[in-house]
Amino acid sequence: MVVRSLGGGELEERVSAGVSDSVEGSVDDALWINSSKVAEVAGFMKSDQRLDFNFLNSVSAVDYIDHFEIVYHLTSLNKQHTAIVKTRLNGRDALSLPSVYHVWRGADFQEREIWDLMGIRFEGHPNLKRIMLWEGFEGHPLRKDYL
Amino acid sequence: MSCVLGPDNILHDTLLFRVIYDFVGHLLPCWLSYIVAGGVIMMLLVNGVLMGAGLFSWVERRLIGRFHNRIGPNRWGPFGMLQPMADVVKLIFKEDLTPAGADRIVFMIVPVAMLAPVVLMMAVVPFAKDTALANLNVGVLYVLAVTSITSVAIFMAGWASNNRYAMFGASRGVAILISYEVPVVMSLLGVVLVAGSMSMADVVSAQTIPFLLVQPLAFFVFFVGTSAELNRTPFDLAEAESEIIAGYHIEYSGVKFALIQAAEFGAVLTSSAVMVTLFLSGWSGPLSSYLGWVWFLMKIGVLAFVFSWVRATFPRLRIDQLLAFAWKFLLPISIINLFATALEVYFLRDGAGTLDTTDLWIMAGINFGVAFGSLLIFGTLIKEKVRPARPITGVTLSSIEVS
Amino acid sequence: MTIRTEPMTVNIGPQHPSTHGVFRLRVTFDGEEILEVEPIFGYLHRGTEKLAEERNYTQIVTLTDRLDYVSSMINNQAYCLAVEELLGVEVPQRAKYLRTLTAELQRVASHLMGIGFFLQDLGTLGTPLMYAFRSRERILDLFEMLCGARITVSYMRPGGVFFDAPVDFWPALDQFLKDFEAEYNEIQQLILENEIVMVRTRGVALLPLDLAINASVSGPSLRASGLAWDWRKMAPYDAYDRMEFDVPIATGGDNYDRFWVRIQEIHQSIRIVKQCIEQIEPGPTRADVPLVLRPPAGAEAYGRVEASKGELGFYLVSDGGISPYRMKIRSPSLMNLTVTEHLLVGWKLADMIVTLGSLDINLGEVDR
Repeated sequence: MVVRSLGGGELEERVSAGVSDSVEGSVDDALWINSSKVAEVAGFMKSDQRLDFNFLNSVSAVDYIDHFEIVYHLTSLNKQHTAIVKTRLNGRDALSLPSVYHVWRGADFQEREIWDLMGIRFEGHPNLKRIMLWEGFEGHPLRKDYL
Repeated sequence: MSCVLGPDNILHDTLLFRVIYDFVGHLLPCWLSYIVAGGVIMMLLVNGVLMGAGLFSWVERRLIGRFHNRIGPNRWGPFGMLQPMADVVKLIFKEDLTPAGADRIVFMIVPVAMLAPVVLMMAVVPFAKDTALANLNVGVLYVLAVTSITSVAIFMAGWASNNRYAMFGASRGVAILISYEVPVVMSLLGVVLVAGSMSMADVVSAQTIPFLLVQPLAFFVFFVGTSAELNRTPFDLAEAESEIIAGYHIEYSGVKFALIQAAEFGAVLTSSAVMVTLFLSGWSGPLSSYLGWVWFLMKIGVLAFVFSWVRATFPRLRIDQLLAFAWKFLLPISIINLFATALEVYFLRDGAGTLDTTDLWIMAGINFGVAFGSLLIFGTLIKEKVRPARPITGVTLSSIEVS
Repeated sequence: MTIRTEPMTVNIGPQHPSTHGVFRLRVTFDGEEILEVEPIFGYLHRGTEKLAEERNYTQIVTLTDRLDYVSSMINNQAYCLAVEELLGVEVPQRAKYLRTLTAELQRVASHLMGIGFFLQDLGTLGTPLMYAFRSRERILDLFEMLCGARITVSYMRPGGVFFDAPVDFWPALDQFLKDFEAEYNEIQQLILENEIVMVRTRGVALLPLDLAINASVSGPSLRASGLAWDWRKMAPYDAYDRMEFDVPIATGGDNYDRFWVRIQEIHQSIRIVKQCIEQIEPGPTRADVPLVLRPPAGAEAYGRVEASKGELGFYLVSDGGISPYRMKIRSPSLMNLTVTEHLLVGWKLADMIVTLGSLDINLGEVDR
């Protein structure tokens, strides 16, 4: 296995040193961060010499009824390691968090998709509109309460 | 009572016309038999071209099927030969749509305007000894003039369809036709110089050896230019189906579509016929007094096969590259050919201004040298350097270098 | 005299022969030149991610077939790897080899389609496409022998593969490998160094490496920009850690390079298939898993493979039930489309079609 996955503890140590008040905790394989600091943490993780996460694999949103989880899968093509960064959004209405579009262009369509299907706004995304469904569609179908 | 066609009549040299005229002249008044004989020949020509187009559409589909490792149409009739009939019947029964916002009159004229030059072109082509509808003394010029009607028809189609793809196709088509007309004319001037006449019959009789040998460069330019004017790959930009779907005829359906298709397939045949006449010594061959038409058809078949072959092989050029090819490559070499031919004719002709077979052979030798030289020079000038085959980077687990 | 001109907006697609599915590009042209481009998709959106929440883990395999329908084996594989990671199941050796083998055959089939349609978009009237189809048909016939289906194979299952290969599969595979060499050479001879292909594709629609990485471009498109990043090498799954193969890269990042990388990858895939045939040994083809899978609650897995179009990932979240709580598909085709605007603006209409062909997108996967 050439690519190594960084543990949550290792990430926490590094990220909390770089961006203050951003880390909420860590588990074995993932780092939990504050949802308002997503863009800053993303910028730090990309620019930091040791982390160097230049490739965004995927952005996923999971609906847990009382809260939403946004999961970022990251890879460093130079250092050859991967990481999972998670953040939590409480509530169900008027959800928003900062966009990482300006850090990774690859977030463009995925953030639009999450807005379209999950109804989470990404502040700072230049073109946040529906992607799979048509403009004027009611609701966000991938939510658990959409039947 | 018998009618006599005076030697001053333009149709006097046309054997077929005289035979029919004499035959009908026994029954009808002279003025009427004149018209009837003309009508008969026109019927023959129009139907000949249309049937030929139908047959060629089958031949080409079968050929391209073989090029594709497929079978091609083989169900209806022997070897599927009646497939064109089935296609036409199907198209006739289809709804004839006119798009909303189309210029109806222009839209309707287009199929006729496309088909007319194709048939008209055949009027001056002798398909056997003394057998052309009209032996015009400016036959070559006539052919060139008539073919350029197509560009008007293409633009009319694109404009009248009220469709943006059609507009793309039309503007491309016109750009191509106008550009390629120039080298084509230049290349034909060489032939006219050698033959000493613009009449198609005289060009054929002047070919004691085929002009393909005497004017190789002109043949090349004419062949390429013609395939561009016929909208065939690699120059089929006006109807590039992967880019602008069908280009200028995107909105045509039913009978109109059938006519446009017939015009396209027929144009290949008539252009081949012109090329056979000008470069492959027309109907001449062994026993040509009787079998002239057989030789003529066989030569057309060979050229049509080459057209299909090219079509099945090459990708398409881009519009700027296509125009650059016309202006930077074909035009210079056709001018070189014209100059070389003019000099050769000036020095080789005898007192009466004619060239005998020996002169033609000498010219063939020189012109082949000129052709190879100029193709080599201009070919290198416009050539893209072919990338050398690179070794596959040997990436092993330990040697991945990531920037 | 100045000629008054104005830009023209054209909808390329969704019914267009060269958009590889129901894909639409709203393009503003200045003559033939592209000024603006906006990709619009969703015409094939079937809600796979939502459907997956209603089906059990085995049934979802059939949904994955319909994502990238020209490389369904690889989709199966990615999904099964994710489920196995959830369950913590070890796959038997023979199943690993069978998966590797079928995935590589599928990659050959998919790349053949990619090359064929790329050349079709260049305007070749289908000759190379038909050559490519000839070989692809043989591969689909092999799949039919394996599982009875040609396109939507559903061959793999969490824990292995559904059937062992029938006895007459192996001679047929050998015969295919023998014929394929000559057939593939025909395509290469016809087209690889063709002058017109060179002129049309070299230096067109350049994708610089830094943009490719930043925009999450993966697969052959990334490798054509000069980075040898292949998940089969970087995080070997199934039997890839025992395979010897190279990762072809090109440095230009133009249309020709993307095409060239695919051509070379077919050679490598055939190498892998041959090694699989040599190394495979008899044994069970499916791990001992229950009929209805119930991964532990709260388990998460991100299974990724190097699919023919790029990195295909399945992010699965389990709540302990019989169907996943959430399934997110990271589709390479969608990610690769991120760079469309950068690639196309400033080029001509004809280049646009060819560039789309060189990205080798599949709308089943883009829209999901």
